This record gives sequence, C-alpha cells and structure tokens, in this order.
Amino acid sequence: MSDTLDSTEPGPTPPAEDDVLVRVENMVKYFPVRTGGLVRRTVGHVQAVDNVSLSIPRGKTLGLVGETGSGKSTLARCVAGLIPVTSGKVIFDGRDITNLSHGAMRPVRREIQMIFQDPYSSLNPRRRVGAIIGDPFTIHRTASGGERKRQVQELMERVGLNPEHYNRFPAEFSGGQRQRIGVARALALRPKLIICDEPVSALDVSIQAQVLNLLADLQRDYGLSYLFIAHDLEVVRHVSDSVAVMYLGRIGESGPVGPVYSSPRHPYTAALLSAAPAADPDTAAARQRIILTGDVPSPIDPPSGCRFHPRCPKAQAVCSQQEPQLEAKAGDAATHLAACHFPVEAGENLAAAGRSELT
Amino acid sequence: MSITGIEVAGQDAAAGEAALDADAAKIEGRSQWQLTWRRLRRDKVAMTALAVILIMIVLAILAPAFVSLTHHPPNIAYPNTGEDAAGNPVGPGTSGFWLGTDGTGRDLFIRILYGARISLFVGFITTFIGVVAGLAVGLMAGYFGGVVDTVLARFTDAVLAFPYVVLALALAVVLGPSLTVIIGVISFFSWAAIARIVRGQTLSIKEKEYIEAARSLGAGPFRIMIFDILPNLLAPVLVLATLYIPTAIVFEATLSYLGLGIQPPTASWGDILADAQNFFQTSWWYVVFPALFLLITTLAFNLLGDGVRDAMDPRTERVLAAGKGRRRRRGKRQVLADSDESDMAPAVGGS
Repeated sequence: MSDTLDSTEPGPTPPAEDDVLVRVENMVKYFPVRTGGLVRRTVGHVQAVDNVSLSIPRGKTLGLVGETGSGKSTLARCVAGLIPVTSGKVIFDGRDITNLSHGAMRPVRREIQMIFQDPYSSLNPRRRVGAIIGDPFTIHRTASGGERKRQVQELMERVGLNPEHYNRFPAEFSGGQRQRIGVARALALRPKLIICDEPVSALDVSIQAQVLNLLADLQRDYGLSYLFIAHDLEVVRHVSDSVAVMYLGRIGESGPVGPVYSSPRHPYTAALLSAAPAADPDTAAARQRIILTGDVPSPIDPPSGCRFHPRCPKAQAVCSQQEPQLEAKAGDAATHLAACHFPVEAGENLAAAGRSELT
Repeated sequence: MSITGIEVAGQDAAAGEAALDADAAKIEGRSQWQLTWRRLRRDKVAMTALAVILIMIVLAILAPAFVSLTHHPPNIAYPNTGEDAAGNPVGPGTSGFWLGTDGTGRDLFIRILYGARISLFVGFITTFIGVVAGLAVGLMAGYFGGVVDTVLARFTDAVLAFPYVVLALALAVVLGPSLTVIIGVISFFSWAAIARIVRGQTLSIKEKEYIEAARSLGAGPFRIMIFDILPNLLAPVLVLATLYIPTAIVFEATLSYLGLGIQPPTASWGDILADAQNFFQTSWWYVVFPALFLLITTLAFNLLGDGVRDAMDPRTERVLAAGKGRRRRRGKRQVLADSDESDMAPAVGGS
C-alpha cells in the first residue's frame, strides 16, 4: 500500500487475560470426504481450518480476510458453536465452550450472535419481520406478548428501520434494510460478540457504508466485540482494530491493522494488498501488482511445509519442507505476527521477484 | 376457506396481536396467502369448482333434511312404490323418487347423498392423516438426514412401490371390511408421496442461511422444523392435498365397488355402482346418477387443485403486476420448489 499510511502506530501491548473476550487455541476443523454408495468410506479430509489461534479483545474488532475457501466462514461457525471442531479450544469469556451440547450451549448463544452474508437467504421469506426479530426473545423466553413487540420495535428503531413495518415480510424490504433486520435480530439478546460473516459483501457500495457505520455505532454504544469476516481489504481496514489473514486454513499474518497494511510481512498479504483496487487512479497506476500464479491448492491435499509455497514468489526449498511458525519478525511489534521463513522487507519489490523466478 | 386459518397457524402469536391492533392492520404486509386468494378469486374455473364442492358438502350435511322432505330413509326399501311389476327399479320422478330407485326399491337420491357423506368424509380425513404423517416423516428425514433419512426414505419408497390394491384387498379380507380399515388403508398409501416431496423441499430449505440463523439463536430441531421450514412447505402441500382428496374418494369407491369397503346397507358410491351394474341395461339412472356425482366431485377437486397451483405460481403474479391483464392458465409449470422466486415477486405493499 502507499507509504503515506501511518505506519508508526505503536502496536498495543498484548491484552491482559481478562481483556480478551474470545480466545481460539489451535483450532482444527477437518471435514471428512466420503465415497458415495451404501458403505461409506472416508477417503480424505478437507482441512478447512488447521491449527489456528487468535484472540478478540473486548469491545474490539478482529478482521478476518482471505480468499474464498480459505476457511474464514468455517472458523466463524466453529467459534459460534454451529459446527463441532475437530480439535483445539474456543474460550469465550473465560469459559471453554468447545463442542458443548445443545443444552449447555443455549446460554452461550445469547452472548454470541451472527450476521450473515446474504440478506435474502438469511431471513425466512414466509415470516413477518416482527416474528423474525422476536425469535431470540421467544427462544430464550426473555419476553413475550406486548413486551416482546415493544422490544422488537425498539430494536427496529435502533437499527434504522421504521417500527411500523413490524408486520411486513422480508420481501418488502431492500437489501440494506434486510441486512438491518439481520443486525436487529443479532442485537436482540444484547450479545457480547457478534460474528459478521461478510455482512456487506452482498450490498451496494453506498449501502455498505451505512451498514458499517451502524455496526460501528452499535459497537460504541453496547461495547460489542466483532469478528468481522470479509474479502474486501478496505472494508476490513475501516472497521477493524486488528486483522488476521487466512490462507488455506492457516493464518499467514496477523496484527494491528496499521502495521499489517503498511508493512505486510507475509508475501501473501503483500499480494492481497497489491491486488486491492485503489480509488485514486494515480495510486493505482504507481502500484506494482504482485501477480500470483496458479490457483489455490485443494484443501483436501494441501502443500507440505508452508501452504503458500507453490505460489510464493520468494519460495525456497525450506518452504516446502518446514512449516513456518506464526511469530513476530525482526523489527515488528510483538503483536504483529507472520508465518514466513523469508518475510517481506520494507521496500522489497515482490512483483519483480515473482517475474524473474517464473521463467 | 381455511387458507387464512393456515396462515395464522403458520406464524407466531404475533399475528394474533397484530389483528387486534388497528394501526398495525393498516400497514400489514400482504402475505403469500392473501395474494394467492386474490388470484384464485379471479379464476372462474377454480371458483366454480369451489362452489360445486361447497354445494356437495352442504348436500351431504343436509342429507337427513332431504329424508324428512321425501320421507324415504336411506336404508328402507319400498317394494310397492319403488319397484315396477317385474321387480325392476323405477325411473326418476316416479312416485316421489326424484332420481328413481335402486335394485331393492330404495330412494337413489337419498342413498347418493348418504354416499356423499362417506366419500367426502373419507376423502378429507385420509388426506388430513396423509398430510400430517407425510409432513412429519418428510421433515424428519430431510432435516435429520443420515440414518433417520435412510430408514424413513427407504420405507417411503417401499410404500410407494407396493401394489396398494393387493394390500388393501388382503387387509380387508384379514381385518374384515369396515370404514376404519378403509380410512387406514387409504391414509397409509397417501402419506408416502407427500413425504417424498416434503423431504426434497426440506433438504433444500435446510441449507438456507435463515436455518443457520435460527440455530445460532439457539432454536432446537423441532422448533426449526415447525417455525422455519413448515411455513415454506404449506404451499406445495396444500396443492398436493387438494389433488389427493379426489384420489382418496375414487380409491374408496373402488374398494367399495370391489365389496371390500363400506358394507351394505350403508350407502356408498362404490357400493351403489357395484349393485347398479346388474341393472344398467334396464335402468340407466341407477348407473348414471351415482357415477355423475362421483365424476363431478372428483373433477371439481382436481380443477380447484389446478387453480390453487396456478394461483401460487409466482410467474402468474408477474404477468398480473405488469398489467398484461389476462393470464394464461395452461401450459405454465409451477415453480413451487423455488420459494425465493415468489418472494422476489413485486409485492405491492400497503404503505
């Protein structure tokens, strides 16, 4: 990215234990690949999330970026307890909530809510908005009858919907309004964590800003923490305090937004940043794009060593043999971690390196 | 019609509160059922069919009233007035028998009305049982998947593959023919096709994000099935149910015709037709009238079912919305499977 960015922002000291709302420790999620037919044999595993650790401080936003298929959504669903994890731990508010039973998970669900990507698919078309937003109250028996209606209308007003539209169907709302309904539903139980799974990628750019601002307002007013998943790097920079970059089920780089965006250490992060569209044509023209070769390998049979090595312009023999550890590189703050044997140095021209080694 | 009743049942109690609230009623969005009903009302064929069905139901309910009018109870034979010298039935209009008499000199019209009671009762009750069972089996198979699905789906396939007339005959022989056996047998063969369609729809609906949203709120599987999946299934199931009633009526008539259903002297359309075949050369009315009632009733249900299916076709709505006026009823396939389609249809809100 451009050098004018404030890269001197000091990395915050590692948060104390009770400041961390969510801690994910060595999470692994493999999906079995089975043959069809009567006798099902497991022939392999999709390694959707492989040994991922991260933490979300209270009242802060962690952005999670990565290409389609990098395991972002799987990670989110594991944290939300929607799918069981293969191994590893999810610590929420000091409690281990890994693979809790449906009953034991119920009280936790009040504190972890989700906002979904598709505002069309995430609202039941046959139910009225009042019933959809009122669901959390009904399921957790926190309010009923007139009290529920009052609370639902209050929520609708809070997210910028007309409370009189209580009796309408989702089809009668626009995409942005529908996403507000989703936000109201997630907000109903006053959760501590909201997992936003690409909440704005289905929306028009002008609407994106409105929804993002709404999310920021709510964070300020209610002290919410967000796990914010997106593939739009600019959106992530706008909303996040820190960011984690995923590639093929692993975290390649993580740290506070400023340092990661201004001086990416992992070649993949650098490539992603160089590929992001810039609004300013001069910046766009001056920028050197790093063109990665090939496609993302299959997560069923990921590359050995560093998973990025077949596409990495800086790859050497050791990259295919030894898995790099996620650690702070020389000169970086302790919170800026990268998993790379040959971290990118400031001013290094990766685009050129890529071209020369491709021949 | 019961359409509005289904709608209320399909939603939260919230809808009930809303109805009380006058302000809320004014801005209430138009539900899918309201739109369907508006479209159905414009369908002359379907509305005629609905009228015929309602008349048939009223006739069946009022059968005792006609008895007191004609003084001919259904099971009393009138050898003197109801049979001619040769012992054959008398024709329509003779001696106060509006549609003539049957082979033993009983009032054919009264017997047809009492037969309608049996036919409609069997038709509705077996369809109701079939729909409830089909929904339960289909929802569980589709939602739970895995072993539950394998067991239920294979059982469904087995029932569908069974030669049902043979089983019905065997059961009737073993258990003895009775109304209960008839209802049991017809219900048993009605649910499977519904279950299969419900299962398919459930499989596609459960992948929607709103199901995941419900799970993330902490909703259990049965709450999800009833509140989140079922409302999306009511439209296709309603169409199926309307088309199942005539099938059940014909099935009952078939079994009775074969002597395995309702036992004499209780009147049933199948029984009457079975007896009538000995007289069809001499007494045309004996065959024609019960057959006509059977035909008109089943035809009316089928036409109504067609109309309901068309009324739920989202593409019909587009044609109407675009102001093209007349809609083309035929040659249009339903896209009930794609429930999202219908929701994208321009909803003329009440704002």
